[in-house]
Amino acid sequence: MSSPKSMQQPMALQLTSVGFLAFWCLIAAFPIFWIAVMSFKDPIDAFASNPLSVIFGPETVATGRGLSIVSIVVGIAFLWYTVHLALTLLPKMVNKYTPPHLLVPGWIIGALVFAIGFLIVFAGILPPVLGAVNSILGPLGKPILGLTTEHYKAVWVENAFYENFINSMIVTVGVVTVSLTVGTLAGYGLARAGSAGSFIAFWILIIALVFRALPHSVLVAGYLPPFINSAEILSPILGDAAPTLYGKPWAVIAVLVSINQPFTIWMLRSFFQNIPNELDEAARVDGCTHFQAFRWVIMPVMWPGVITTGLFSFLLAYNDYLVCSLLLDAQNQTMVPAIAGYFNRETTTTDQVEAVAAAVSIIAPLFLLIMIFQRQIVSGLTAGAVKG
Amino acid sequence: MNTKTFAAFVGPSIFLMLLFIAAPLVSVFMQSFYVTQPVFEQVEVETCTPGFPNQTCVTETKIQPVLGEDGKVVTDVKYVGLESYYNVLEPDRAWAALKVFDFDALLTIDFWKALRFTLTFTLVTLPLVIGVGLAIAITVNNATRMIRGPIIFVSLLPFIITPVIGALSIRWLFIGDGIMTAFLEWWLNQDIAMFAQGWTIELLMMFYRVWHVAPFAFLVFYAGLQTVNQDTLESAVIDGASRWERLRYVIIPHLMPLIVFVSLIHLMDSYRVFEEIVGFSSQAYRISLQWLTYDLLTPDDSGNRSISRASASAMLTMIGIVVLLIPLLRKTWRDHKGGRV
Repeated sequence: MSSPKSMQQPMALQLTSVGFLAFWCLIAAFPIFWIAVMSFKDPIDAFASNPLSVIFGPETVATGRGLSIVSIVVGIAFLWYTVHLALTLLPKMVNKYTPPHLLVPGWIIGALVFAIGFLIVFAGILPPVLGAVNSILGPLGKPILGLTTEHYKAVWVENAFYENFINSMIVTVGVVTVSLTVGTLAGYGLARAGSAGSFIAFWILIIALVFRALPHSVLVAGYLPPFINSAEILSPILGDAAPTLYGKPWAVIAVLVSINQPFTIWMLRSFFQNIPNELDEAARVDGCTHFQAFRWVIMPVMWPGVITTGLFSFLLAYNDYLVCSLLLDAQNQTMVPAIAGYFNRETTTTDQVEAVAAAVSIIAPLFLLIMIFQRQIVSGLTAGAVKG
Repeated sequence: MNTKTFAAFVGPSIFLMLLFIAAPLVSVFMQSFYVTQPVFEQVEVETCTPGFPNQTCVTETKIQPVLGEDGKVVTDVKYVGLESYYNVLEPDRAWAALKVFDFDALLTIDFWKALRFTLTFTLVTLPLVIGVGLAIAITVNNATRMIRGPIIFVSLLPFIITPVIGALSIRWLFIGDGIMTAFLEWWLNQDIAMFAQGWTIELLMMFYRVWHVAPFAFLVFYAGLQTVNQDTLESAVIDGASRWERLRYVIIPHLMPLIVFVSLIHLMDSYRVFEEIVGFSSQAYRISLQWLTYDLLTPDDSGNRSISRASASAMLTMIGIVVLLIPLLRKTWRDHKGGRV
C-alpha cells in the first residue's frame, strides 16, 4: 500500500516516532529483562549500582560460576535450533498423531513432551558436557559472563516452591475448566434464546460492568465468616462430612469462577452470536436434541472464542493475589501470594535474590503464553471495545 | 428453544452467581451491623505459694474468655447498628480536623487517608494512560508494517504479567542503591532514597500503573485507528488541514467512544488499586480503600479478624462504586431502550 505523496511523513517526524517507539519498547521490556538478569547473579552483583556489573557479574565469575564464550555460542545455537524445531517438527508430529477432534489435548501433550525434552537436554545434559569441553579449551573456556542457577535451586528445591506451583496449577486449571464449561452452556443458551435471551443478556452486561468495578475484597469479606464456620453451618445437611471451606483450593476455584462468570458469559455469548443459527437448525432437523447440537455441531466450530475466553480466565486465576491470600492458609498457598513471604522476609540479600528468582519463575509461563497466543489476546482485548 | 432447555443451559451459571455473588453481598451488608465477640467472664482465682508458717495465698479477679463444652471460646453476636461504620469513618475526629482545615490530622484516620490516595491515584493516572496509549497507537500506526508485531508483543508484557510482580520488578530497580536510584543520584547530583518517604513511593506507584495499563489503551486505540475513514482524511488533506489538525478534527473524534471506554475501564480498575500496595510494601505510607478492607480481614497478632469493620469499609467502598457507575449505567440503559444492545 503506497500512500499519496501529500500523506508521506517528513523526515523529522519519522525520526521522532522511531525514537519514541524505541523508548517505549525499552521502558516496557526493561524491568522484566532486568529482573531476569538479576536472578542469575550473586547478590552483590544483582544489587550493584553499576549496570555493567549486574550484566557481567564479576563477583559471580570470580567464584568460578559463569559461561565461557564457547558455552554462550553453543547455548544460543541450541536455543535457536529448539525454536526452529518447535515451529516445524512439533506441528507436524501433533498433526500426524492426534485425531482431528482431539487437537487441543494433542497440542497440550505435544508441548509438554517438547518442554520436558528441552529441559532435560538444556539443564541436564548440556552443562556437564560443556564443563568438560571448557576445561580442555583453556583460555577460550574461561567464564566471562557470570551466571548461577543456585537461587532457582534454593527456591524450587529447598524452599519447596513446587508445592505452591502445584497449588497454582490446581486453581488455574480448575478455574479455566469450570468457568468454560458453565460459561459456554450459558453463553450458548443466551445467544439462542431470542428476546428473553436479549433481556437477560442485558442484565448480565450490567452485572458484568458492576463486577468489573467491584473490589474483590468486598466479596471476600462476605465469604470469610461462612467459609471458616462452614463445618458448623453445613453439618445439619451433610452431617459429619461437612467440610471447612476455608483453605480448600476448590472453594477458591468456585469463588474465582463466579467472580469471572459475568465477563465469561458476555464474551462467549458474542462469539456464539457470530455462529449462524442455521447450523444448529440443520442439526435439529437431522434429529439432534439441543444439547447434542451444541456438543457435536457448535463445539467444533467455537474453539477460537473458547480459547480467547479461557486465556482471560487463566490470567485472572494465575495472577490473583487477594482472593487466594485471604481464603487459602499458608500450607496450600498459590505462587503469587507465596512470593509475598519472600520479599517481606528480606533479611539478607540472598533472600532478596531468591525472591527475584521466584518472581521470574512465576512470569516465565506468561511470557510463553504471550508468544503463543498474542493474536487471541489482542483480539479478546479489542473485541469488547470495538463492538461497543 | 423452550424454557426448560433454556433453564438447563443457563441454570448452572445463574446458580453459581447467586450463591457466590449475590449471597456474599447480602451477607456483607448484614455483617456490617453486627459484631461477633468472645464472651468474657470475671473469675476470682486464688493462687497459693508455699510459705512458712502458712502458705501465702493471693486472690485476684481475672477476666477470661468463657470456654464452651467443646473447649472452644464461646462467642456471641451483638447488633451494634452503625457503630462499625462509625469506627471506620471516625466522624468526630474528621469533623474536628476539617473545621480548622487541618488536613494532616484528617489524613491520620485510615479511611480518609485511603480515600485521599485512591482518588489522587485514579485522577492523576487517567490522563497519562490515555495520552501515552494514544501516542503509542498513532506512532505504531504510522510505522512500517514489519515492526508492528514485535512492538505489540513487547507492549503486551507489562500488561499481562502478574501485577504484584510487575510492581516488584520496578521496585527492585530502585531499591537501596539499585541501578535506577544510582542513575538518578548521578543525574540530579543528590542523595536519593526512594522508599524513605511517602510521595516518592506514590510517584513510583503511579508510574507502575501507567506502565501497566498504557498497553491496553494502546491496543484498543490501535484497533480503532484501523477503521478511520481514509476518504475523510484525504479530503481533510485537500482542504489544507495540517497533520495536527487532521489528528485533532478527524482522528480524535473518531476515537472518542474508545477514549470514553478506556477511561471508564481505567477508572474502575484504579479505584480498586491494591497490588501496588503489596508490591511496593507501601502500607506504612500509602494505603488504598481496597487495601483497608484487606487489612481488616487479615488476622491480627492475636489471630482475630475484624469482620464487622471490614464489612463496613467494604460497604463504604461499594458506595463509591455506585457513584462512579451511575452515569455509565444510565447510558447503557438508554442504549438498551433504544434497542442497540
